[in-house]
Amino acid sequence: MSPKKRVKKLRHLSELESLINQEKEKRQKDNRPLISISSGTCGRARGSDKLAEAFKKALRQQNLQDKVILKVTGCHGFCEAEPNVVIYPESFFYQKLEPRDAIEIINRTILKGEIIDDFLYLDPVTGEKATKEADIPFYKKQKRLVLGDNPLVDPTDIFDYLSLGGYSSLLKVLSSFKSEEVIETIKKSGLRGRGGAGFPTGKKWEFARAQKSDVKYIICNADEGDPGAYMDRSLLEGNPHRVIEGMIIGAYAIGAEEGYIYVRDEYPLAVQHVSIAIDQARQLGLLGKNILGTGFNFDLHIAKGAGAFVCGEETALIASIEGRVGEPRQRPPFPAVKGLWGKPTVINNVETWGNVPIIIEKGADWYASIGTNGSKGTKIFSLVGKINNTGLVEVPMGITLREIIFDIGGGIPGGRKFKAVQTGGPSGGCLPEKLLDLPIDYESLTQAGSIMGSGGMIVMDDRTCMVDVARYFLNFLRDESCGKCISCREGTQRLWEIVTEITEGKGTMEHLALLEELAIAVKEASLCGLGQTAPNPVLSTLRYFRDEYEAHIKDKRCPAGVCKPLIRYSILAEKCTGCLACLRVCPQGAISGELKKVHVLDESKCIKCGACFEACQFGAILIE
Amino acid sequence: MELNLSLAQEVIDKYKGQKKALIAILQEIQEIYHYLPEEALRLVSKKLGLPLIDVVSVATFYRAFSLKPRGRHLITVCLGTACHVRGGPKILEEFERQLGIKAGETTPDNQFTLETVNCLGCCAIGPVVVADGNYHAQTTIRKVSRILKPLKKE
Repeated sequence: MSPKKRVKKLRHLSELESLINQEKEKRQKDNRPLISISSGTCGRARGSDKLAEAFKKALRQQNLQDKVILKVTGCHGFCEAEPNVVIYPESFFYQKLEPRDAIEIINRTILKGEIIDDFLYLDPVTGEKATKEADIPFYKKQKRLVLGDNPLVDPTDIFDYLSLGGYSSLLKVLSSFKSEEVIETIKKSGLRGRGGAGFPTGKKWEFARAQKSDVKYIICNADEGDPGAYMDRSLLEGNPHRVIEGMIIGAYAIGAEEGYIYVRDEYPLAVQHVSIAIDQARQLGLLGKNILGTGFNFDLHIAKGAGAFVCGEETALIASIEGRVGEPRQRPPFPAVKGLWGKPTVINNVETWGNVPIIIEKGADWYASIGTNGSKGTKIFSLVGKINNTGLVEVPMGITLREIIFDIGGGIPGGRKFKAVQTGGPSGGCLPEKLLDLPIDYESLTQAGSIMGSGGMIVMDDRTCMVDVARYFLNFLRDESCGKCISCREGTQRLWEIVTEITEGKGTMEHLALLEELAIAVKEASLCGLGQTAPNPVLSTLRYFRDEYEAHIKDKRCPAGVCKPLIRYSILAEKCTGCLACLRVCPQGAISGELKKVHVLDESKCIKCGACFEACQFGAILIE
Repeated sequence: MELNLSLAQEVIDKYKGQKKALIAILQEIQEIYHYLPEEALRLVSKKLGLPLIDVVSVATFYRAFSLKPRGRHLITVCLGTACHVRGGPKILEEFERQLGIKAGETTPDNQFTLETVNCLGCCAIGPVVVADGNYHAQTTIRKVSRILKPLKKE
């Protein structure tokens, strides 16, 4: 929001209506070219902020700053192609840009309407170049209901959100819905919690609404702790007002006057954008006392997390907002009955809140027409790991894993073989190739031994060791276990110790039975979701990849070449060209040789750091 | 070096000494001193009217807090799942080797602190390393010395 813009507090519903219409009309009439730069945290790590500066400078130099709109937006989702821009109205998609490319884009595309071939996305499968965003396979099968506006909106400008019809769902609710009608609509839409457990959102709201209490709260759970998941970050960075709008509607529905957004401290840009958005909404009178003259009061605060995974669990999160150690407590009573400071509280995840304005706008029936019988709407997944097109994908429920990984994700890099996909974070599981045609919804994933979780989807290839993955998650969980119940505190520790022994070649077949027994004990005896789902990574890898455990135990071999105590490095004489690359990077001086002569690796000096493997261009470093 | 506790006092005043703001207060105090000095924790305990044990239990429960002074430069290696499968642990080992310290430690000259994080949510560009707030994408073992070099000069 430019500082010049004067913000006048809106005092009546009709004032919001005319402001939305005015901003919408402004956008429609504005036919200047628009350069939208994808600039979330990942984009910035790849230099999108420098690119934005370069565009600004180039536009100024040519005196075009008033003739072209430059928009620094949140993430567009296609992280692999960062930094990228979309140029409207044509929707040209240019990827992997350098700051120096800005001048060329302005001179050729903006001024002359030319398409610059070098910046287009090349489909590695068909070998064809895509001119527009919609032509790229990554976007084709997606249905971007929640994330779709990210390229069009400046997240730091509430007026930009209004110009896309933002806050019209709030307007609709406040002008024509009774609170129970809002709840009825959400119930009918079939929306379920996007944080992972999939509890029906409308039902949760109904419980909270039914409580007799003078004070009620709502909370947005943005403690996105699952490693490998970042859709909440992206939504908060890229379109914070959508989440805030959803929260105001939720507050109206249950009768809350105060709300919190609990966001991870590790997400500085999200914290910044949400703070700006709350301030602007307050200035405009969309938060505060007597909102739009309706007598409805509601205000929002930010609570920053401090790096504890367990705080994603709702009762632990509440404890953390209250300024205490984030330990979960027994449920019931559920937060909808007894939550923050003992008052009825609705906690929903970022993505859940982000869906609310869409349901109000388009109607419950429309929303319920997307997805499967039990799971409605879309889900955002972060598609990462050993995959060609990494990024955030939003797809209708019921799509298969194969479509996500191979059609949208473009398959596995380097022609390697798909091995597994890990869903649901540390509480989830690893699914093998034979389940690729599984249509994804809450129930199907649970049946397969994993969970929907918050939507992380980590793809693994034949060089990923599944025992090591199980060890990784157990290490994570034993570290993050809050320690309140012994089954989780000691159980995850012991599970980790056993799996570590297996990865070191010290495992026995009895260990496998012990793992299974212990896993069930942890699952059944733990208080909160963390402990109850902690054994999933072990159980699912044991279920689908038992042969890998057995190879570690019986043959003392790590088939994927990952577990250090079980692998050795050597140089393949027939592939070595004698280029000295590995020799130069070896920190131990373990490789000897001369130019154009086959090199030799001295195993006694080797610390298995992998530097030579990374440096070799010819595949001559063998790990076995 | 004498610790200037008036800065911590300002933070406490800003939150009106409210008990519920304990975490936010500790976060801001850590921003000032880059760790939580014992004197500051005692001050917080006194001013908020909380037993010191409660303040310390919060300060030790949450990962983001450090009770030990940190070095001039902070290197954080992401060990989220996506970074893990793309070789994050090897990157960490290389930092440990080059700095001569383990994760969680500070070099004896107080120049570098090496930490790990469970996920920064930049999974698409892993392995990710953050050096003094700057994100480094797709880190390789070779890039480690390139990340450290300019910081060593400063």
